[in-house]
Amino acid sequence: MIMACVWGIAATALNLVMGYAGQVNLAHGAFFGIGAYTSGLLMLKLGIGFWIALPLACLTAALFGLLIGMPSLRTKGAYFAIGTLCFNVIVTVIIDRWENLTEGQRGLLGIPPPSAIPLPYGLTVRFDNNMVATYYLFLIMLLLTLFVTRRIVISLMGKDFRAVKGNEELAASIGINPFRTKLIAFVTSTFFAGLAGGLYASYIGFLSPDISDFHVTFEVLIQVMFGGIGTMAGPIIGATILPVISETLHALAAYRMVAYGIMLIAVIIFLPTGIMGGLKIVWTKCITRK
Amino acid sequence: MLFQTMGLTKSFGGLTAVNDLSFGIEEGQIVSVIGPNGAGKSTVFNLVTGVHRPTAGRIELMGRSITGLKPYQVARQGIARTFQSTTVFGQDTVFENLAIGHRLRTDSGLFGALLVSGRERGDRKKSMAKAEELLSFLDLEHYRDEAAGNIPQEAQKRLSVGIALATEPKLLLLDEPTGGVNLEEDDSLIRIIQKIKASGVTICLIEHKMKMVMGISDRVVVLSYGSKIAEGDPQSVSRNENVIEAYLGPGYAAKD
Repeated sequence: MIMACVWGIAATALNLVMGYAGQVNLAHGAFFGIGAYTSGLLMLKLGIGFWIALPLACLTAALFGLLIGMPSLRTKGAYFAIGTLCFNVIVTVIIDRWENLTEGQRGLLGIPPPSAIPLPYGLTVRFDNNMVATYYLFLIMLLLTLFVTRRIVISLMGKDFRAVKGNEELAASIGINPFRTKLIAFVTSTFFAGLAGGLYASYIGFLSPDISDFHVTFEVLIQVMFGGIGTMAGPIIGATILPVISETLHALAAYRMVAYGIMLIAVIIFLPTGIMGGLKIVWTKCITRK
Repeated sequence: MLFQTMGLTKSFGGLTAVNDLSFGIEEGQIVSVIGPNGAGKSTVFNLVTGVHRPTAGRIELMGRSITGLKPYQVARQGIARTFQSTTVFGQDTVFENLAIGHRLRTDSGLFGALLVSGRERGDRKKSMAKAEELLSFLDLEHYRDEAAGNIPQEAQKRLSVGIALATEPKLLLLDEPTGGVNLEEDDSLIRIIQKIKASGVTICLIEHKMKMVMGISDRVVVLSYGSKIAEGDPQSVSRNENVIEAYLGPGYAAKD
């Protein structure tokens, strides 16, 4: 359930840029990795506390989002997807090879859990070996992400996102700056990808370059598609259900990925709008029948 | 003069699509740009709205140069347009289409969204009021909550004009507002164009249908192969020999 919160945040972030602003960003794993390594390195090498390292992880991911977004968002559609995918590979290679900083394949070991929060009356909430507290902390972070995303989506800014997704040319003709709108969506998305990464680092306590890999990107992408792209609940459903299915299929050993793949293809063919889309269709049918 | 172009030229590679075009539009008028297919009419619109950069020449709105601005900047200066192929936000409802059109007159940003600031709330209200106003102006009330992609073609045409109007432009560019619409339905669009003129918005339109051009234009500019071959009121233009020749080929002009 704790990991469901982490993936839920990552999937919600990807959904913001992909589902609402219509930009297929295939570098999501890189930003997740940047967030994870930023907070991990700050805590391990500089001894900075969790509560400062986490926001810095978000900001670093967002800063990279800005630097990458500026050139890549000038391209459109498939070109943007390929460009961001390339960036993702580059980030993984850099993390892998820059051994002085990141320890390369050996990975970062012993990242501390979130530091305790002091409460009044001398009580504290501790997160080491305390799964319940950790769960609630991550859940609060997830709710915070959802809250912010929801605010953006229903706002005038969110309307800009929809307009740019719907038709960029028309959006520009009514005074919306498409580039700026996409950049805001992209940077906000990377900010929360960094948050998910930072939380992951503290929960697992160990990081290797794999965590920024494009497999992570596709994992999150599939979660979003499976749950329902462009809906609030979809990414959460995908992020909760898919890892469970993936684990259950461990029994099938070597055939696991085959079964997983077939299931995903089935969902995408028969429910192109994901589970949420499917529910919506059933719901409309129920209403019209009355 | 509300709007004018001076020596406007655009070449695509070796092809000169618009050649040394100068024309002006007085405030409150309806000016039509006509010409045979490929005369460069739509290119003129794309130059004015910043989709293409002119190779040479100058474009002015209210005496200020808008040459080389990006499309969204041109829109903010007060020029709105429709597209030749009907263009609406198909997934959104008719009401939402009109509300987003008014976005340019509001300026709430990301932080307004996060904090639900007073300005954000006020802006939302303003957009909705504008959308309501346009719904009744365009007679689209019964399609209010339908997805814009699902309503009839003629209603989509009216909606696309409405999206442009929601930006509260000084100059409205209409690219074939009756294209792809049958003759009986033309009248409703003509009425709307006249209503827009009456509300004080200046209009420039590209049109093929002569009935429409002759009926509602104050002035007509005729293009052929990218150059202006005639300009004037509808009657004098329709008798102009160059114009008849451009449309029907040489030899027809004399038989009148």
